[in-house]
Amino acid sequence: MFRTLLAKEFREQWRTWKMVVFLAVFLITGIVSPVLAKYTPELLKMVPNLPAGLADFIPTPTVADSVVQYLKNTEQFGILLVILLTMGVMAQEKERGTAAMLLTKPVSRSAVILAKWLAGMTILLAGLLVDGLACFAYTVVLFEPIPFGAFWTLNLLLLVYLGVYLTVALMASTLARSQAIAATGAFGGLIVLIILGSLPRVSDYMPGQLANWGSSLVLKGDVTAWPALGVAAGIIALALVVACLRFEREEI
Amino acid sequence: MIRIENLVKTYGSVHALDGLSLNVEPGVVYGFLGTNGAGKTTSMRILSGLARADSGRAWILDKEIGQPGSDVRSLIGVLPEEPAFYGWMTPREYLRDFIAPLYDIHGQVAARRADELLEIVGLKDAANRRIGGFSRGMRQRMGLAQALVHRPPVLLLDEPVSALDPAGRKEVLELIETLRGQTTILLSTHILADVERVCDVIGIIAKGRLVVQDRRDDLLARYVTPLFEIESEDGFGHWLEWVKKQAFVTNVTVSNHTARVLVKDVHQAQKPLLESLVRETLSVRRFEMVHPSLEDVFLRLTGKEA
Repeated sequence: MFRTLLAKEFREQWRTWKMVVFLAVFLITGIVSPVLAKYTPELLKMVPNLPAGLADFIPTPTVADSVVQYLKNTEQFGILLVILLTMGVMAQEKERGTAAMLLTKPVSRSAVILAKWLAGMTILLAGLLVDGLACFAYTVVLFEPIPFGAFWTLNLLLLVYLGVYLTVALMASTLARSQAIAATGAFGGLIVLIILGSLPRVSDYMPGQLANWGSSLVLKGDVTAWPALGVAAGIIALALVVACLRFEREEI
Repeated sequence: MIRIENLVKTYGSVHALDGLSLNVEPGVVYGFLGTNGAGKTTSMRILSGLARADSGRAWILDKEIGQPGSDVRSLIGVLPEEPAFYGWMTPREYLRDFIAPLYDIHGQVAARRADELLEIVGLKDAANRRIGGFSRGMRQRMGLAQALVHRPPVLLLDEPVSALDPAGRKEVLELIETLRGQTTILLSTHILADVERVCDVIGIIAKGRLVVQDRRDDLLARYVTPLFEIESEDGFGHWLEWVKKQAFVTNVTVSNHTARVLVKDVHQAQKPLLESLVRETLSVRRFEMVHPSLEDVFLRLTGKEA
């Protein structure tokens, strides 16, 4: 039963072009990040009438710039993409009546939620693989090899970090009865996490810290964020439990 | 087969169900009849597990609905009033790759069953088209197909033919008739002609309560009040005033050139009515003793209860 639900989710993402768009944006992000890191300084130097001597102050790009650019772009586009991909998945089924059709069949309501979550996380993982591979390849060509293990650990941390937004959006979609309310809830969750992430001391425990940890791993820094990893995992688990419990009790 | 005891369901201040009780015997086609808002869909939703009753109990095949470890959903096939599908899927994919596996039907068995059902509901030619482009009638047929995938012993059909054209309605009603005896069918509708045609037992619901439940023929016989229909070419003139004053007449209605005369006793009324028509020298085209349709019974019962 779970396999059938999961297969339907993948097929839906593929046939409605969502998966293609998702992977394409990640691929472009992966290619563009090292290219921008490499050529932005050179483009700046080519600006006409640049004050004399300023070109000397523009630093020569390094592999670190490529990684920072990659992290920044993946974080920004990734958050937006996972929210857009996920916020309608449950609300749409309820709004259109397909949830009512499905729930008259012998399926567990929690399995419906978990299938959507697993499908979303798998597509996110695929997106990060495409993104990471493109960035890795272009960085090797334009700069020098990135430390392999550290770079993929960074991507795993990004998977958890973006997974938080995906799961919160899924929860919002489950709690809402319409797509408009689901969108409000999902972006509301994003704003709350951003605000909490900007508070001193609290930010050390928020999922945003995972990106800093990942960056530090690649750039040989000393930042770790085990508490933030625990909080991120906790948010994911809590959002899933809330979504499942709510859907189990909801009248469709 | 299906038993409902004292179901109550309220939405805010609206009593959707107000102590509904009914009993559906195995193998019958049960016509669940009521006006819009009478509680038919709410009952169906509770029976199919989509909603919970505030109080009362319901059973399907002796399994109590809503009790832990008592999932009735593999025993039922449900057709909601407005069946909804994934528009990007084709009917064949939907039945073979999605619905059938949910009932543990896989591979060639699922493929054969999907094709068989598409043939039965008349969607074979559209098997590989996207459901998103289907008309409401085609969706209703598709809804019937998905309800039948696992050959359920109980079918819950909410307004199964309301969106169909006359030809489609005839086909679906014929299909329902072929299931009689093997499948217990609870069919909710407000189209009386359909109920009269296919249902063995009729339950009339009004304001969330069962007003009456009986075998179709017994119900008609029980609530029958003999009625004369008289069709005249030139209207009825003074005869209409005369007939309204007669003690054996309870009601007279006229539409077009036809008078419907409801009487207390058919034997007592027949002779004087005929004599009066001859006396008035009306050009009578038809003089017929008819029994009221289910519609008459329905309006009388729900009108009384409303």
